Amino acid sequence: MRIEIKDPDRCVGCEICMLACVRRQGFAGLAKSKIAVHSSGGMEKGFTVLVCRACFDPPCAAVCPTNALEVRKDGGVNLISEKCIGCKNCVEACTVNAVFWDSETNKPNICTYCGFCAMNCPHHVLYFNKEWGKRDV
Amino acid sequence: MFEDKFSRVLYIDLSKKSFTIKSRPDLFEKWLGGTGVGIQILKEECPKNVDPFSPDNTVIFAVGPITSLYPLASKTIAIFKSPLTGNLGESHAGGRSAVSIMMAGYGAIVIKGKSDIPVYLSIFDNEVRFHDARAIWGIKDAITVGKIIRQKETFSGQRSIMRIGRAGENLVSFASLNTETYRHFGRLGLGAVFGSKNLKAIVIAGKRTINLSDPKAYLRIYKNILDETTSSLMKKYHDLGTAANVLPLHEIGGLPIENLNRTSYEGAIELSGENLAQNYLGRRIACTGCPVACVHIAAFRDPHEEEKYFYKTSMIGYDYEPIYSLGTMLGIKDAKGFLKLMDRTEKLGLDAMSSGVALAWATEMLNKNLITEKETLVKFSFGNWERYIEGLENIVSMPNDFYKALAKGTSYASKIYGGKDFALNFGKNEMPGYHTGPAAHLGWFLGARHSHLDNAGYSMDQSLKGNYPRPEKLIDNLIEEEANRQILSSLVVCFFARAIYLNFDNTINCLKTIGIDLTKEELKELGMEIYRQKMSYKTQEGWLPNFQDLPKRIFETSAPFGKISEEYMNKAIDYFRKRLEKDFR
Repeated sequence: MRIEIKDPDRCVGCEICMLACVRRQGFAGLAKSKIAVHSSGGMEKGFTVLVCRACFDPPCAAVCPTNALEVRKDGGVNLISEKCIGCKNCVEACTVNAVFWDSETNKPNICTYCGFCAMNCPHHVLYFNKEWGKRDV
Repeated sequence: MFEDKFSRVLYIDLSKKSFTIKSRPDLFEKWLGGTGVGIQILKEECPKNVDPFSPDNTVIFAVGPITSLYPLASKTIAIFKSPLTGNLGESHAGGRSAVSIMMAGYGAIVIKGKSDIPVYLSIFDNEVRFHDARAIWGIKDAITVGKIIRQKETFSGQRSIMRIGRAGENLVSFASLNTETYRHFGRLGLGAVFGSKNLKAIVIAGKRTINLSDPKAYLRIYKNILDETTSSLMKKYHDLGTAANVLPLHEIGGLPIENLNRTSYEGAIELSGENLAQNYLGRRIACTGCPVACVHIAAFRDPHEEEKYFYKTSMIGYDYEPIYSLGTMLGIKDAKGFLKLMDRTEKLGLDAMSSGVALAWATEMLNKNLITEKETLVKFSFGNWERYIEGLENIVSMPNDFYKALAKGTSYASKIYGGKDFALNFGKNEMPGYHTGPAAHLGWFLGARHSHLDNAGYSMDQSLKGNYPRPEKLIDNLIEEEANRQILSSLVVCFFARAIYLNFDNTINCLKTIGIDLTKEELKELGMEIYRQKMSYKTQEGWLPNFQDLPKRIFETSAPFGKISEEYMNKAIDYFRKRLEKDFR
C-alpha cells in the first residue's frame, strides 16, 4: 500500500488525517476527504481507518462505465473528472469501502497518494510508503 | 465576510414538530459564535424569568467560525436556562458534536417547545426528522440508547449522538447530556431540560466544504498551530489526561477530600492519573480535530456475580473532576470503587460533579445526625462506594422526600434539611475540585457559569503563591481573564488550548484565513462585551452574589497558602457587586 495503516491501535479518532486531506486540496471541511475514520462499533472499541489500497487491478476501475477511473501503472487509479457521470458503481465495487462520495460535486473522492494525511497524523497511525509500485509486491 | 454556512441557524419547534432555517449574519458577524451568539439568541428567544421546565425555555447549541478549521476548535456551547440554578445555563462539550453541527451546515441550533410524546431528532444537512422515542424512553442506561441510535442511523464516523439518561427523563436538576459516550454537556442540568421537552436524543452529521479566502495561508497557519498543540505544552493531557492533576493538587493541599473536611489522605495515590493509566487505561480518544487525545478510558474487568470465570468488561471514561467528585470527595480509596461509581453515573446520565458533592454533603449530614437513615435509606460512610451506588440510584428514582430534594441540588436540599455551611455549592452549582485559595472560590462564585474555567481563579492562586493583591485588584484580574475567555468560548476553542488562542496573534491569523479581520483590541473589547451580556442576563434573572451564600466550610479547611480570610472574601465580593452595578448590569 502507498498509505499504510501502520498501527491502528494508536488511532485516537481525531480525524486530523481527513481534515489534512481536504486542506491539501485548498479547502476545509469534510466533503472532499479521500480517507475516513470510523469507530469500530462505538468509540470504546477503537477506530477503523479506511484508505485506498492502490490496487494493481482495481475493482473500481473495472466497473466504471465511462472509463473515468484510469488505472495507474504504479497501482491505484486517477479520476478523469469530466468523464464521470456520477453512477456510484465505483463506490459499490470497492471491497475496502475506500471510494468516498462528494455529494457536492456528485463525483467520487479518489486518493491521489500524496501522503499528506500520513505526514499530518499526530499519532503515527499512518505511514506513507514512497517506494510503493517501484518494486515487486 | 462570513460565509452563509457559518451563520445559518436551525430553529426547531418540538411542540409543532417543525423547523425553519434562517441566515443570521447579523448575529455571527457581531458576536463570532459560541457563547457570544448563544447569549444573544437566549435573550431573543427565552422569555424573562421563564420556568426552566417550561416549553418556552430555549436550548441553544452554537459553534464558531473556526470550528472544523483549526486544531482544538472542537467544542460546542450549550446555552439554556438552568433548572439547577434558575439562571444562566452554559455547558461545553467536545466529542464529534462541534464538527458535526458545522458540517451539517449550521452555526447554531435552537430548540424550543415540548413534544407530546418522547422523540429523538436526526439532523442531516437540511433535513430534520422527528422520530418516536417511546421505545427508548426509560431504558436503563444512556450508553445503550447511544448504541441503538448508532445502529439505526447513517453517517458512521462523522455523527454526534447526544442523549439523556433516566436522570434527564426524571428531571433531576443536575442531569447531563451525554455525547459520544465519553463527553458531556455535564453541568447545570441540560439533561433535565431535554427531559422536560420529551427530547431523548439528537443525532447530527453532514459533510460540507468550506471555501477559504487564502488557502496557502491556511496551510501555513494550521501547521504552526498543529505544531504548538502537539508540543510539550499538551503532553500531560495526552499522557495522563486531566487526571494528571490529582497528585500535584494533593501535594500542595488543594485537593478536596471527604466533603472538604481534609485535603490529604492515602487514597490520592490510588486515584492518581499515574495509577489509573498504569493499571486500568484501555484507550485514549480525541475530539474531532484535536491531536491531544486527552479522553482517557479505563478497561475495567469485573467478575460476574453468578458465573465463575465470566467477566463483564466495561470501558469507563475518567477525568480529573469526576475523580475528585466521585472519588476523593467521597473518601474513596480504591480505583475500582471510583470506576464503578463513574460507570453508574454515566449510565444514569447524571453530572458527576454535582452528584458526588451532593452525596458528600448527605454523608456529613448523616455523620452529624442532622438527618437519619430514614432520609438517606442507605448508611453512607466516606469510602464505602457500594453505598454510594445506591445513593446515585436513589437520586434518580427519588423514593422519598429527601431524595426529591437532593435531586434539586445541595443548595435546595440544605435549605430544607440544614447543613448549609458545608453544602459545597456556589451560586447553587456544586463546586469543582480545587481548594487552592480565595481566587478559586471567588472565581466560580462570581463567574458567569460557576465553572473553574470561567476565569481560572484556581490558576491565579497557584501562581500568586499566597502573595495576594488587594481584593479589588484580584477581582479586576478575574474579570479581565473571564472577559478574554469569552473569545475562546465564542470561537469555540477548547480551554486546554488557551495558551495558543489567547495569544491573540494566532487567533487574528486564523480568522484572516476565512476573511474576518479583527485586531487584538477589537477582540478584547468583544470579549468584555460578551461578558457584559452574560452578566446582564444573570442579573435580569435575579442573580446577585452575596457573601452570606458562601459555604462556611471553605474558611475552615486550610488551603495550600493558609486559611482563607473571610474579611478578604467579603471585601472582594463587595467590590465585585459595585463593578457589576456600574459596568455590567
